Amino acid sequence: MTILVIAEHDNKVLAPATLNTVAAAAKIGGDIHVLVAGHGAGAVAEAAAKIAGVSKVLNADNAAYAHQLPENVAPLVAELGKGYSHILAAATSNGKNILPRVAAALDVDQISEIISVESADTFKRPIYAGNAIATVQSNAAVKVITVRATGFDPVAATGGSAAVEAVAAAHDAGISSFVGEELAKSDRPELTAAKIVVSGGRGMQNGDNFKHLYALADKLGAAVGASRAAVDAGFVPNDMQVGQTGKIVAPQLYIAVGISGAIQHLAGMKDSKVIVAINKDEEAPIFQVADYGLVADLFEAIPELEKLV
Amino acid sequence: MKVLVAVKRVVDYNVKVRVKADNSGVDLANVKMSMNPFCEIAVEEAVRLKEKGVATEIVVVSVGPTTAQEQLRTALALGADRAILVESAEDLTSLAVAKLLKAVVDKEQPQLVILGKQAIDSDNNQTGQMLAALSGYGQGTFASKVEISGDSVAVTREIDGGAQTVSLKLPAIVTTDLRLNEPRYASLPNIMKAKKKPLEVLTPDALGVSTASTNKTVKVEAPAARSAGIKVKSVAELVEKLKNEAKVI
Repeated sequence: MTILVIAEHDNKVLAPATLNTVAAAAKIGGDIHVLVAGHGAGAVAEAAAKIAGVSKVLNADNAAYAHQLPENVAPLVAELGKGYSHILAAATSNGKNILPRVAAALDVDQISEIISVESADTFKRPIYAGNAIATVQSNAAVKVITVRATGFDPVAATGGSAAVEAVAAAHDAGISSFVGEELAKSDRPELTAAKIVVSGGRGMQNGDNFKHLYALADKLGAAVGASRAAVDAGFVPNDMQVGQTGKIVAPQLYIAVGISGAIQHLAGMKDSKVIVAINKDEEAPIFQVADYGLVADLFEAIPELEKLV
Repeated sequence: MKVLVAVKRVVDYNVKVRVKADNSGVDLANVKMSMNPFCEIAVEEAVRLKEKGVATEIVVVSVGPTTAQEQLRTALALGADRAILVESAEDLTSLAVAKLLKAVVDKEQPQLVILGKQAIDSDNNQTGQMLAALSGYGQGTFASKVEISGDSVAVTREIDGGAQTVSLKLPAIVTTDLRLNEPRYASLPNIMKAKKKPLEVLTPDALGVSTASTNKTVKVEAPAARSAGIKVKSVAELVEKLKNEAKVI
């Protein structure tokens, strides 16, 4: 049994979610190969070769793969993946975009966002926004799976010494092209990898008030997230959204500020180790999942919290 | 330009679902069903394209039970011109649905297919991508902006780090994210008019599509419950608990 893990990267840096995906592969058992599909991503391939437990790295370097366009990357993964028992990718926006295209090309059903490995062919995954957990078994020759990073503790980024093999296969479907991207720049940790997350909701009242959360986050070394209500109201950009349709996080400490606790939001953070809720409405549903609740005006509580931590 | 929109009948997003006692699935008896929220956004986008004069005809399709006709009528009331139901009482996988939609695409030859990015029941996020693969079309998933120009479409996508724009040759597949638009409500006169719009019923057999699956749901359980903790009285007490009891700061 050999498992192919698709590396998540931006041609420069290997994303941490790859380490959680390799951890899921290790739970399945067998040899683990990592595919780096990109352009000029030699440093990523070298980083992938150092991941503990990886025995081979395939480096597919082609201009067609530079922006992870699924029309070009999926045929590559499907071609290489035929010889594997499993193909795994992180359930990131790239993984979600590319892998179903691979599954369809291989004529197999995909299993999305697994949170645990029961055996080599059986997995658990949340459905209905996490209100139910399904156990799914696959009899596909190649099992195509996306992995929810928060379900698996990452393997060590170092300790391995896999060989890097160049892959010549070039697929350019010629039906799509990259136009541009606007990426949020931040010195704070990435939401899905942060140990502490501070999130704001509609109770923040406006975007400017998020400065209170940024100040607190910087003191704690935390990332800053938001509820869908805050994003929809235009307070902050969509990439900060935590929830069923946004980012799924499971930090050591999650501080929900002015967030009522809609089901959709809880689906994105309820696996956090410790949850703190600060809300002036003591009936807010967020208190039902919080380890520590504080009924207070957030505009008084947050500056005080920032001073005391 | 003809636009095909795929919609799914799902449990209403306000319903808190319960797992059945025998762990065979969630209990959907006497539960309110609605059009999947992302599919509503897909219908709205198609209607806006028609209002702009870009789309000439909107065909709405659903794969599901007889009762999915309700959601198709809703789409017709919102502005779709005609509807197709691929009727199946089975619980189909995303690949099976994508194969059925591919057969409808072959029949209808739309220039653009718009789907929701995921259904809020299975949370798969697969069908649009699979349909794109089977059709050999480009895909603009998680769209927050769609602009047609000539024989291509520019799709701005919500990605992990921000936003990305891709250009796709038509025909193409678009899947909607939350912020693409705000769906309208159907007016009463339009609901009445929708009852007279054509609705064709097909079957997987008639389309010559096998819906066999490589996946099997073994059981469905309730998630581990998280119990409420304690209320602290002050910020100072909160900090003390976080430092000494939870030891997370």
